[in-house]
Amino acid sequence: MRPALRIAASAVPRGAGLGTRSRGVLGWMALAAILGGLPLVLSRYVTVTLTEILIFALFAMSLDLLVGYAGLVSLGHAASFGVAAYVVGLLSTRGVTALAVTLPAGLLSGAAAALVIGVFALRATGVYFLMLTLAFAQMAYAVAHQWSAVTGGTNGLSGIPRPAVPGVDLGSTLPFYYLVLVLCAGAALLLWRIVRSPFGAALVGVRENEARMRALGFDTFRLKVVAFVIAGAAAALSGTLYAYYNGFVSPDVLYWTTSGQVLIMVLLGGAGTLVGPAAGASAVLLLQNLVSSYTERWTLILGVAFILVVLAAPRGLVGLVARRWTPSS
Amino acid sequence: MSYYLLQALNGCAYGMLLFLLAAGLSLIFGLMDVVNLAHGGFYMLGAYLALSLVRWTGSFWIALAVVPLLTAAGGFLLEWELLRPLYRRTHLDQILLTFGVAFVLMDLARWLWGADVQSLPAPPGLDRSVLLFGTLFPVYRLFVIALGAALGLALWIVLGRTRLGATVRAGVANKEMTQALGIDIGMVFTCVFAFGTGLAGLAGVVAAPVQGVFPGVDFETLIVTLIVVVVGGLGTLKGSFWGSLLIGEADTFGKILLPQLALVIIYLVMATVLLLRPGGLFGGKTR
Repeated sequence: MRPALRIAASAVPRGAGLGTRSRGVLGWMALAAILGGLPLVLSRYVTVTLTEILIFALFAMSLDLLVGYAGLVSLGHAASFGVAAYVVGLLSTRGVTALAVTLPAGLLSGAAAALVIGVFALRATGVYFLMLTLAFAQMAYAVAHQWSAVTGGTNGLSGIPRPAVPGVDLGSTLPFYYLVLVLCAGAALLLWRIVRSPFGAALVGVRENEARMRALGFDTFRLKVVAFVIAGAAAALSGTLYAYYNGFVSPDVLYWTTSGQVLIMVLLGGAGTLVGPAAGASAVLLLQNLVSSYTERWTLILGVAFILVVLAAPRGLVGLVARRWTPSS
Repeated sequence: MSYYLLQALNGCAYGMLLFLLAAGLSLIFGLMDVVNLAHGGFYMLGAYLALSLVRWTGSFWIALAVVPLLTAAGGFLLEWELLRPLYRRTHLDQILLTFGVAFVLMDLARWLWGADVQSLPAPPGLDRSVLLFGTLFPVYRLFVIALGAALGLALWIVLGRTRLGATVRAGVANKEMTQALGIDIGMVFTCVFAFGTGLAGLAGVVAAPVQGVFPGVDFETLIVTLIVVVVGGLGTLKGSFWGSLLIGEADTFGKILLPQLALVIIYLVMATVLLLRPGGLFGGKTR
């Protein structure tokens, strides 16, 4: 099994021009310093936007584990995100506000949703898989929509209080930003370790040639289910934070447009790089926030931007940058 | 009893409308391996163009004849200018690109025609109702059923019995071999793509008097069409036809018999079909 793993590992796409390890570490430290320091000098509004970007960056990275590494294009990733958001919203509005309870509850519920969906949807492949994930997410949407007694129906759940952590006031902008930053950075680091592990290499092997991986003795179905659950748990973390960030959860978080939006973020940034989808999430949200304050035609501009990126940057926004940094590729 | 028969006819009319959309989307996928997410956009564009043309010329029939040509020209441009460079790249690029085009079409429509729901009156002669099973039934819906059935028959004959159809089927089966036989597969791609978007435009015109049109109807329709195509099996005409009927009837009867499940009934049908047959009803291979 060893040589097989090494072959598969060489197929792992290299990230945004991070050629050497030290350069990579330096880059990460710079990014951490910027994300940690920016809110201290910028306005409250920007900090709020930055919080949202972090949450969606994690959401997009979690989907990238499926789309970019395992080759599983899901159009139902909102399921884990939304289920976790609802579970946290339900607990919080019923008096359970301790983060020590709500966070694990959110994560577990999102991962459980992913497990159920994954076991069924992963029996199919390609477009059929994509449509099955869509179907299951839409069923979750319908439940949130119809089960008014619990979920509040179309009105959703409003007035979700910020989580309670002893000694910290998360009601204000800055402490909440740092909570989101720490959790998202931790999850991103974990995802990074996962895609660089033998497990991550095996996933890439499944993407490139599933039959061969099976012939090599890998239980590919199980590999895919595990990846699906990990991605679901990471999406659940972002869903948990989103419920707190927004203070409000409506069936929209489960609707297919949410799944579509996060898929677009992944593709725009560059699938299979983790950094790319995070950049894609930032680009989409910044465009939405910036352009929509100048013109009503932001959907048009966003659409044109997608087209231009596909034509000009074959591997997404990150490919554009990487090509400039590493002339050899 | 007659009530259910009429509902079955309603489901049939909806199914035939879906068939106009699904046939094109499925052919494009089967031949070119492209999931055209802008397909719903061409449908919406067709309905809006019909709206404007009817206001301008006063004739539904002119719109019915002209609009499909216009959307086919749009599809031709899209394939020729934007999709061609992408065939050697991954599906992911095609998804992002056609999604971008769909966004552009939706916002352009909102810009030009406004955000309200609009609809067309049924054309003179078809705007009546006839007595069927003791109840009044709109003639226009019978027209939709007849049109869908006629188109299905024509496509079946063209694809199955003519040289042109044989070329397309050969392309679906094996692109390289078809090319090696001296057929310009690129031209076949472009023509099938334009034909598919033309059909989507036709569906838009036909749907305008029944369903109405608004920005956002494009994505709603796209999702239902994708469901139809997947249920029937990608790339098969037969699959598109029976898938359309199944989803049309399931949606109509689901809303009557199980109103609390109205939102998900077609998803439930799709999930059931795919769990039993992962390649759809008539799909040979899964991809």
